[in-house]
Amino acid sequence: MEKKRFSIVKKFPIFAIISLILIAPGLIGLVTLPFGLNLFNMDVDFVGGTSMTFNLHTEVTSEMSGEEIPQLVENACGVAPSTVQKTGENNESVLIKCTELDNGQQTAVVNAMQEKYSLTDEDTESVEHVNATIGREAQNKAVTAAVIAVLLMLLYITIRFEFTSGLAAVTCLAHDLLVILSAYIVLRIPFNTTFIAVALTILGYSINASIIVFDRIRENRRFARRESFEDTVEVSVWQTVRRTLFTSITTLLTIGMIFIFGVTSLRQFTLPIIIGIVAGGYSSIFLAGSLWAKYRGMLRKNRRAKASAKLASRDAGKPKTASETEESKADAPVPEAQPAPATPAPASAAAPAQRRNNSKKNKRKKKKH
Amino acid sequence: MKKSILSFVAVLLVIALLCCTAVFGLTVGPIQIPNVLDEENGIRRGLDLVGGSSITFEAQLPDGYNTSNLQSDMNSVQAMMTKRLDSLGYTEATVELVGDTRIKVDIPAISDPQEAVEVLGATAQLQFLNADGEVILGGSDIKSASAGYGKVSQTSVAEEHYVNVEFTDEAAEKWTEATKLAAQAEDGKNYIKIVMDEETLSSPSVSSEYAETGITGGGCIISGNFDADSARTLAEQINIGQLPFTLEEVSMSAVGPSLGEKALSTSLTAGAIGILLVMIFMIVMYRVPGFIASIALLFYTALDAVILTVAHVNLSLPGIAGIILSIGMAVDANVIIFERIKDELHNGKTVRAAIDSGFSRAWTAIIDSNITTIIAAVVLYFFGSGTVVGFAITFGIGVVLSMFTAVTVTRFLLRRIVEFNIRNPKLYGA
Repeated sequence: MEKKRFSIVKKFPIFAIISLILIAPGLIGLVTLPFGLNLFNMDVDFVGGTSMTFNLHTEVTSEMSGEEIPQLVENACGVAPSTVQKTGENNESVLIKCTELDNGQQTAVVNAMQEKYSLTDEDTESVEHVNATIGREAQNKAVTAAVIAVLLMLLYITIRFEFTSGLAAVTCLAHDLLVILSAYIVLRIPFNTTFIAVALTILGYSINASIIVFDRIRENRRFARRESFEDTVEVSVWQTVRRTLFTSITTLLTIGMIFIFGVTSLRQFTLPIIIGIVAGGYSSIFLAGSLWAKYRGMLRKNRRAKASAKLASRDAGKPKTASETEESKADAPVPEAQPAPATPAPASAAAPAQRRNNSKKNKRKKKKH
Repeated sequence: MKKSILSFVAVLLVIALLCCTAVFGLTVGPIQIPNVLDEENGIRRGLDLVGGSSITFEAQLPDGYNTSNLQSDMNSVQAMMTKRLDSLGYTEATVELVGDTRIKVDIPAISDPQEAVEVLGATAQLQFLNADGEVILGGSDIKSASAGYGKVSQTSVAEEHYVNVEFTDEAAEKWTEATKLAAQAEDGKNYIKIVMDEETLSSPSVSSEYAETGITGGGCIISGNFDADSARTLAEQINIGQLPFTLEEVSMSAVGPSLGEKALSTSLTAGAIGILLVMIFMIVMYRVPGFIASIALLFYTALDAVILTVAHVNLSLPGIAGIILSIGMAVDANVIIFERIKDELHNGKTVRAAIDSGFSRAWTAIIDSNITTIIAAVVLYFFGSGTVVGFAITFGIGVVLSMFTAVTVTRFLLRRIVEFNIRNPKLYGA
């Protein structure tokens, strides 16, 4: 029944490199931000400022956006705009961004635009004015919300699965968010408060996708305890791959429709979500399971090293501590645990009991079929 | 068999009824469910959908301001802004306090937001000066001002509009003293000037009958060429002027009405096409279960619409995105279940057994994945601000509902289908 497939777990380094390339721009953008290098297309609601959109009912030429309108705005309010760009359907609208303009200056710009291009009040499509303090507050709030959400999810996953799986899920999440940040930088998507909604949507979605994979791993572990953890991961990932793809597809079908039909502000909102969903699908298939296996391996190596160091310094015949017993209950029959050099007696004592358990479970499984 | 056909049809009828309720609204006795597009009683549309301005003002507290008064002062700002908006004709506008020192004003369908900012943010500093230009009373001496109509004094014949100003107790004494002095003064200097933001409103003379006592009673009446509107406006401006701080506009967001209209209609189109595509996808991939999932999706969409309507949710663009996203994710639970059913069928189970074990084995995955998503929605709701909260509400309600419909409705209908002897595994995607 098993088709010949490439091994997701073994090829992990390849996927990791692909991911590193994808997250590089976002990571660089994030790291350099505190040093005053801003790679993002910051919108006014994060940094403060004024932005206005006018519908000119005629295509905005590069001459208009390059010279005519900046000049007009500067004459009207005394401030040269930082950005003037065409936008909207058929490029008939123009977006003007400035540092903070007070109410009088705004009125002056609106009046100048209305006079020059014979516009009415109706043609002022949008005006955004945000004070820099409020912008910073919005940023802080976003970060707080994200950190709290991640901690709560990590807690939940640790309860339902184990800590290393939570760590793997959060790594995937960080990956997905960084891919989105890369998209913001590379595609020049305006970086504004809607990013908070985008990030938290993907937060839920990404963890959700990882959990489906972990759930299958958890289930398969119950019946296949003699396999190495890596093998279980491999099988589980392939078993859930259709689900991951299909759910991504159905979600993309609806959110993609908004991207295709929606107005500009909605497209700027949905594009990063679409990218995040694709990234989430990718990371839950190619990274989540492998990462869990990696983290788990690292943790156990660590523990084993600690345990053997402890035992070497102590009398070997001492009874085990509660936490060690618990761990061996969960992991004992995995073959790699067997050759642990310093603990021959406890390991062999725990293993047979576990095997008895397993055979019981297997019997039950057979009955079901 | 007969029983299962009956219950199958019954569930379909319930779903049809729900869809009708969503589209047309429903009235049963005292219970009234408005339809989805009913703006008056149902889902309220955010400013980005109807067009309008959202303006946030911040109180600029001067040094030495007694912050224990802040709460009550902000409340009076709120009351005054509401009154002011009403008198300007923006009865749909809402005013809410945000945090300690901010106030947010949402005005639908306004085409000149700059003017609104000017009118709303303006405060009127009322001062009473004597003939020598010395300030007798200032803004903080005034308790309140109100507009009135009637005879301004016992001697006057005609009724007219006036503004009644009430002083604080302390100020009342100062007022009595000052009017006494004014009454004693020579002609040409026996008046008190009422100045509003440097502009003299009136300079009533104090008649000599008050030379002994001064004007008592702790208040005064400003009359002169007022009509109902201007009297009310002045009273409100005085009320705001008595606040010990000024208001500064810190953020403003305005969306033109035509853009808003377009946003709503395109989103509805996008949503409808999206749902249709998801249904087609599910039916192609999973045949009979896919068809059942499509019915469940329809049920979910209608239920979501009715609940959002009844809850009187304030819907903005991110909110719509939340709904459409939750529709996309609604079938997630079904995909998980149906994949399981396929596995079980491959393992040689009967259709009936495969369905039962598919549902039960998919359960932990559905629960764990949805709870993490709900955690995200809840955090967004409590820590987000503005439109993000709207997104959290629609998305959160959507996730909870879809988990319910995808499991219960699908399960019920699938079982009935099996009872109809439609049991060819091929029809179940095997």
